Amino acid sequence: MRDATFNIWRGDADGGAFASYTTQVSGGMVVLDAVKQIQAESAHDLAVRWNCKAGKCGSCSAEINGRPRLMCMTRMSSLPEDESITVQPMQTFPLIRDLVTDVSWNYRVKKRIKPFAPRPPDNADGSWNMAQEDADRVMEFRKCIECFLCQDVCHVLREHHLQEEFIGPRFLVYTAALEMHPLDTGDRLDDLKREQGIGYCNITKCCTTVCPEEITITDNAIIPLKERVVDNAYDPLGRLLKLLTSDA
Amino acid sequence: MPEYETHSYDVLIIGAGGAGLRAAIAASAEGASVGVICKSLLGKAHTVMAEGGIAAALANVDDRDGGRVHFADTMRGGQYLNNWRMAELHAKEAPDRVRELESWGAVFDRTPDGRILQRNFGGHAYPRLAHVGDRTGLELLRTLQDHGIHQGLEVHMECTITTLLKDGPAIAGAFGYDRERGRFRLFRAKAVVMATGGIGRAYRVTSNSWEYTGDGHALAYHAGAQLVDMEFVQFHPTGMVWPPSVSGLLVTEGVRGEGGVLRNSEGRRFMFDDIPDLYKDQTADNEDEGWRYTQGDRDARRPPELLTRDHVARCILREVREGRGSPHGGVFLDIAWIGERLPHGAEHIKKKLPSMYHQFKQLADIDITKEPMEVGPTTHYAMGGIRVDADTQMSSVPGLFAAGECGGGLHGANRLGGNSLSDLLVFGRRAGHHAAEYAREHDLPALPSDQVERAAEMALAPFERGASGESPYAIEKDLQDTMQDLVGIVRTEDEMRTSLEQLEALKRRATHAGVTGNREYNPGWHTALDLDSLLTVAEAVARAAVARQESRGAHFRSDYPEKDPQAGTYNQVLHRADDGTMTLVRVPIPDMRPDLKQVIEEMG
Repeated sequence: MRDATFNIWRGDADGGAFASYTTQVSGGMVVLDAVKQIQAESAHDLAVRWNCKAGKCGSCSAEINGRPRLMCMTRMSSLPEDESITVQPMQTFPLIRDLVTDVSWNYRVKKRIKPFAPRPPDNADGSWNMAQEDADRVMEFRKCIECFLCQDVCHVLREHHLQEEFIGPRFLVYTAALEMHPLDTGDRLDDLKREQGIGYCNITKCCTTVCPEEITITDNAIIPLKERVVDNAYDPLGRLLKLLTSDA
Repeated sequence: MPEYETHSYDVLIIGAGGAGLRAAIAASAEGASVGVICKSLLGKAHTVMAEGGIAAALANVDDRDGGRVHFADTMRGGQYLNNWRMAELHAKEAPDRVRELESWGAVFDRTPDGRILQRNFGGHAYPRLAHVGDRTGLELLRTLQDHGIHQGLEVHMECTITTLLKDGPAIAGAFGYDRERGRFRLFRAKAVVMATGGIGRAYRVTSNSWEYTGDGHALAYHAGAQLVDMEFVQFHPTGMVWPPSVSGLLVTEGVRGEGGVLRNSEGRRFMFDDIPDLYKDQTADNEDEGWRYTQGDRDARRPPELLTRDHVARCILREVREGRGSPHGGVFLDIAWIGERLPHGAEHIKKKLPSMYHQFKQLADIDITKEPMEVGPTTHYAMGGIRVDADTQMSSVPGLFAAGECGGGLHGANRLGGNSLSDLLVFGRRAGHHAAEYAREHDLPALPSDQVERAAEMALAPFERGASGESPYAIEKDLQDTMQDLVGIVRTEDEMRTSLEQLEALKRRATHAGVTGNREYNPGWHTALDLDSLLTVAEAVARAAVARQESRGAHFRSDYPEKDPQAGTYNQVLHRADDGTMTLVRVPIPDMRPDLKQVIEEMG
């Protein structure tokens, strides 16, 4: 055990400041343990959001030493021992209090995306047949725990505040999971281009770097979607064919 | 009466895990207006932690499976204390509930011919668990969430209910607060569905998240409902034991289903040493047969590592107590060894158990494809819960329904792995459906203003006491120690009597809990308000456990180590007497329908 010093953001929408706390830590502990310990010892009302403490629910997102991470999956032994540790709330979302932010925007965005629309069942009992390799294509995207760290780090949202025009990496992954779902028949490409701002993403891959589920967000979800959107919008051969076969 | 933010619904669902969301979707499909209360953010509920799979006799992998076998397995696992009608409905309806999930977008692992793949699990005769790697719970919850948000539900996130409201004998709604601002919320409703999950936070070592403080059990109890089978708390045999900060974190039974074995410090597979008579015929008596079973050999019997959870947990405890444990007080769970049997062992493990690989690598610096894990028992699941009608899920309080872990009856003395995800789908749907039906037949009850005022007063009391009161964290910790040390895996009369005395003292301390700060997102306040639920469920577990003087399923008494046939004829039911004391009655189990009895006889 050793003493560690934490600088934790305390405050609400009206302002705040870092407060310094010292607590006993060991290498096996994670940052969330230390924060909860501080809460129980000396800061009973320190606001922190957490649930499963196992990297499965995506509730305890924060910025640790400036890097967006899950507090429950950041071991003390992975942080430098000789300096204090800074913990602050995600910067992209409005602050509620201390380490807790208002992430409700994400829930509103999801609702706007066209839901899953399966083809008719293959079998009389209402089931479908699906090859494992087809299922595997979307498994990676469906691992997402909705921690919103990718949204937090995305500069389109974080620095340019284009929340009204851009749905962010989380929902591009969500849309990719629907578009590549072996049973889905929906078409979301027009929405992606017109209302959801896929063009704003300029592939800096910050989202991929911070994803705790190691989803290859940019390469596997966003780039293929961008290609589909482009193919859909710019298809001279198809357009010529349409022109020739139409009566006009 | 002061003004509160008030909402009115036909059906109010308290809890937004699998059971709550499935109930909400069902109620909405009946045309009811539906409000959903989430203690956390939507999609974070404890259901995401479920790893193994959903038990449903689809018979995709082994065509000998079917509803009858699933029924018999569930009853055997529950040592025949189960509500047999619930076990019947559960086995019958689970396959449809799984297929329905697929129609809402869930993606399961597949068989070679493209159907939903099923895996082996403890206590299930055939490969029965529909799964997605080891993150089935997340898939289930996300599917319900993503489908549910388009069904017109009103979701109240980060909202905690502190009191149920009643109009005469019937339910009238609920009262609570939102975390964000600490404002009170008043929910009027014709019907209320409890779907709040379990009670694991009453123990020190648990796989459960902070939400699992037994709110639904306690709220329903105080509203006059009965609790059944509360003595049966499942201790999952394999939780992480090191590092200390993750102690209790679940290690899925899927590890053993894929061929993982348990060894003591002498390298011995100790599970072969103690196979209960009830399971002798179905259990392998040598290592090779056990291995073949995990690899799908239909003629092989299951390895003893896949015996029921209560038994495996006790065997592990025995090894540790007799000095054959691992360095950090558990035993070894080894999946790496399958590299000796499979050409690409490491890749296979990573593919089949990705979250486990991830979890150990990140939290314990252990590569499970190369070295064994250290595991020990962890508080996992409450078999006991709100006593409900098997078909409708309505409690003894008119208009109050319950589903999922906070409901009781299906699992009897012990739950089989995989039966909880199917439970919450089958009975979540039933509860939501019947709640909507009930709402259709009833008017909105009158608002009991006096109850609302009292609830608001009680909720604010910890602030009145402020810094002069006791820290709610300290009271919570002492309560967890009491339950862990005195009403744990192995129980005795003396210890449990002591626990009841300690709980009385804790109740008095809880009335002196004080908090500082303001009402906005104040975890100290939330902890103080959770204490009442924790104390209620802790007392219920202890009282029921003292009264059952035998060992059965998850309830093991070192002073009564044998099963008592007489005690197998009743369930223990708790209710709040008029003078406020918790009262226990033994209720005979109704005679099983002859056709079901025959199934049990045929299946052994």
